Amino acid sequence: MALLGRICLLLALAVCAYGIGASIYGVRTGRWEWAVSGRRSVYALAGILTVGFVILEVAFLRDDFAFNAVADTSSRTTPTFYKAAAVWSSQEGSLLLWAWLMSLWSSLALFLTRRRIRDVAAYATAIMLGFGGFFISLMVFYAQPFATTSPTPSEGVGLDPLLRFPTMMIHPPMLYSGYTLCTIPLAFGMGALLARRVDAEWIRVIRRFAFGAWFFLGIGILLGARWSYSELGWGGYWGWDAVENAALLPWLTGTAFLHSLMIQEKRGMLKVWNVSLVLATGTLAIMGTFLVRSGVLNSIHAFGGQTLGVPFVVLIAVLIAGSIYLVITRREMLHTEHRIDSLLSREAAFLANNLVLVALVFVILWGTYFPLISEALTGQEASVGPPWFDRYTVPLALILVLLSGIGPVIAWRRATLANARRNFLVPIGLALATLVVLLAAGVPVKPFALAMFCCAAFVFGSISQEFFRGMRARSAMAGEAPPTALVALVRRNRRRYGGYIVHIGIAVLFVGVAASTSFQHESELGLSPGQSSRVGAYTIKYVRSTASVTPDYDSSSTQGGRELSAIIRAEPGVTLGPDTARTGATLSLGAVLDVSKHGRHVTTLYPSEGFYASEEPTQGSVGHLIGGQPVSHVAIDAGVTRDVWTAIAPNIETPQLKRIVTLGNRTLPYAHPGEGMVAIAALAAAYMKSPPQAQFHLIASPLVMWIWIGGLIVVGGALIAIWPAPSVVRHRVRARSRARAEQGLASA
Amino acid sequence: MEILIAILALVLLVVVVLVISAPLRAAWGSQDDVVVGRAALGEARGEPLKERADPDRARAGPAGRWGGSVSDQREPAEERAELEAEREAKYREIRDTELDYRTGKLSQEDFAATDGALRAEAVAILDRLAAVERDEDAPTELEDGPRPRGA
Repeated sequence: MALLGRICLLLALAVCAYGIGASIYGVRTGRWEWAVSGRRSVYALAGILTVGFVILEVAFLRDDFAFNAVADTSSRTTPTFYKAAAVWSSQEGSLLLWAWLMSLWSSLALFLTRRRIRDVAAYATAIMLGFGGFFISLMVFYAQPFATTSPTPSEGVGLDPLLRFPTMMIHPPMLYSGYTLCTIPLAFGMGALLARRVDAEWIRVIRRFAFGAWFFLGIGILLGARWSYSELGWGGYWGWDAVENAALLPWLTGTAFLHSLMIQEKRGMLKVWNVSLVLATGTLAIMGTFLVRSGVLNSIHAFGGQTLGVPFVVLIAVLIAGSIYLVITRREMLHTEHRIDSLLSREAAFLANNLVLVALVFVILWGTYFPLISEALTGQEASVGPPWFDRYTVPLALILVLLSGIGPVIAWRRATLANARRNFLVPIGLALATLVVLLAAGVPVKPFALAMFCCAAFVFGSISQEFFRGMRARSAMAGEAPPTALVALVRRNRRRYGGYIVHIGIAVLFVGVAASTSFQHESELGLSPGQSSRVGAYTIKYVRSTASVTPDYDSSSTQGGRELSAIIRAEPGVTLGPDTARTGATLSLGAVLDVSKHGRHVTTLYPSEGFYASEEPTQGSVGHLIGGQPVSHVAIDAGVTRDVWTAIAPNIETPQLKRIVTLGNRTLPYAHPGEGMVAIAALAAAYMKSPPQAQFHLIASPLVMWIWIGGLIVVGGALIAIWPAPSVVRHRVRARSRARAEQGLASA
Repeated sequence: MEILIAILALVLLVVVVLVISAPLRAAWGSQDDVVVGRAALGEARGEPLKERADPDRARAGPAGRWGGSVSDQREPAEERAELEAEREAKYREIRDTELDYRTGKLSQEDFAATDGALRAEAVAILDRLAAVERDEDAPTELEDGPRPRGA
């Protein structure tokens, strides 16, 4: 079937080339049947790539190691769930996923716009197919997902253990959906500039896709953060992974665009700014993709080979140069119809919000790409750490949260001082009350954290006031009961109130970030069974060690299996079966931790570290069974007020344990892993009998849960905002009179 | 196995060609009728035969050096859709302004001024919409040419 896969890629490349030509020919000559044919090329591309993706997915599920991609990133022992998702853990498979998702989203966008702005859509079709052609070319010439090897290997390398985490399976498709959706507004933006049709229509067309990109990117970033917190060892908000930082960039410019497009819709302003934001968002999405594909930065997501770097750099250069050229040559058409009437207006607040978001983008862009910049300028790779990011991002985040409370309570065009005073009374009062309560409660004086809590209270006050006043107005107008009025209010003004809920979610999320950063207690130390340590108000005692061995063969049918079972029966502390995290680790060593507060038992935690097999024969018949990258399986007691986070790094380098491995390597045959597993079981038994001191990483952080709750509120609000409005009865209004217009307004 | 793959590849190719070429086949299929129709219409107007029989020229014009398209004149349906979208946006803006007023963000004077201006803009859009709909209701002339299927 690999041959069919390769044929699919070649056919897809031909379809892209044809579609680009047909779309441009159609729009340039006015022969629209060619433009329609170009659009249908995108549908065909989606179909072809679906076939290709299914072929690769089936190969992974069937353990078809003739496919290089399968042999490199999967194995028979990889759990089925992770096998299905291993497709996008390889360079080749992830390129195919990117191109496939892009073709699906592009098809949807072009189908929904098939009767609108056909000239813009024709150019957009050519640009989307250009992106498709680029990624398919990479798969044809550089990283071939359907490349095979002969003879077929009997076993694969297996999925990187760090990626064996449930949310990691959804995280890449979400992130890729966000990235690929970002290219749709970019394509339509460029299309509008090329077609010289920069009225409000193209903005209306792309709004939903820009929102979709923002939504999926947001979910992807949140899942990545959750994975980093639970699996990677949590390096703080900027030390988690460069790729997650890169994904944040288009999300921030997308957020800026979603706000500023409202100004263009309502006032015909900021056309240059908006089109620039759209082009920047799409380009940053491609840059994020480049970061993963090229392996230029150290990341768990990055793929080693740097062969794809040059084509990506060329694409990014073309996008940047093309965007600048188009905006400059079309600047006359992008003139603003109105000016900001007053600095005390929602337009001004949105503009300030845009400036803060773009400033954040520059800071994160510089910090994330600093290793590349440093290497280019000095020849030495250097990086900036969390303190550097915090210095700039914390003040900007404070202003951003504050603005998210200011914007909703001031009117478009102009607000009077009297109204502003009245509208800010409750939010400011709530912010001050929060400060007083926190200080009275003895919360340590950490200025930035306290400022963030007050800003969040301000946002909560302003948005709650908005909901209350809206509900009261609706209740008075329609004579509805308050709960009914509230639901009707949100249903009829989804964008507005969905957006307000997003603001609350962001404020809640920042409260979690500020509290968990400022009031976190952390300790890294070595403990032996029976010893304990204090982390904040918590005492954590290392009660005893744990060990589990996962045989990958029928343990009763071989001599080695019977010996293994006998050893494990003799040592009750060792368990035979899957490791607690169920990720297929050969050996899992951990600890039982008793967590107490002021002498009262709080919870028991079971952190562990998984040791995985490697394909490195030089490590020996026993050594290779645990010679892969060890992965920590964190144990967390999560709560509404605080999280207790624990990780263990057991020491298996003691002379006694090393002697078992060395002896096994010398005496047991490499070809029979079952025999080697006997030595692993003996190692586990020896570890349990006299556990050496293990290294622990212990963290007690307040309000971490609110980061995830805030994220869920953002998702909920975004869903309300993006959900289509109730069907509006469309009247063919023919009347000219103002009275008829008002009648139309009443029915709208 | 190779035969099966060859058959599957062939089927895929045929399906792709059929999907992509459908609008072209539809346009080419109806082209002869259009030429005959155009010729008949031109004859009635006394136009030279050569110009009448060139459907491409009738549809297409010179494009810009780089960018733009030949049809800066939009189809009535497209224009109507755009105006309807503008109307809905204006209605939304009027509703938003009213909500701003009722939730205490706008003073009575500011609301009256803004609301009046927005309603005047809404009436202007309705006027344009009515004009487009009148044009649409008028008998369609043959020289509009065939509309591609699925466009």
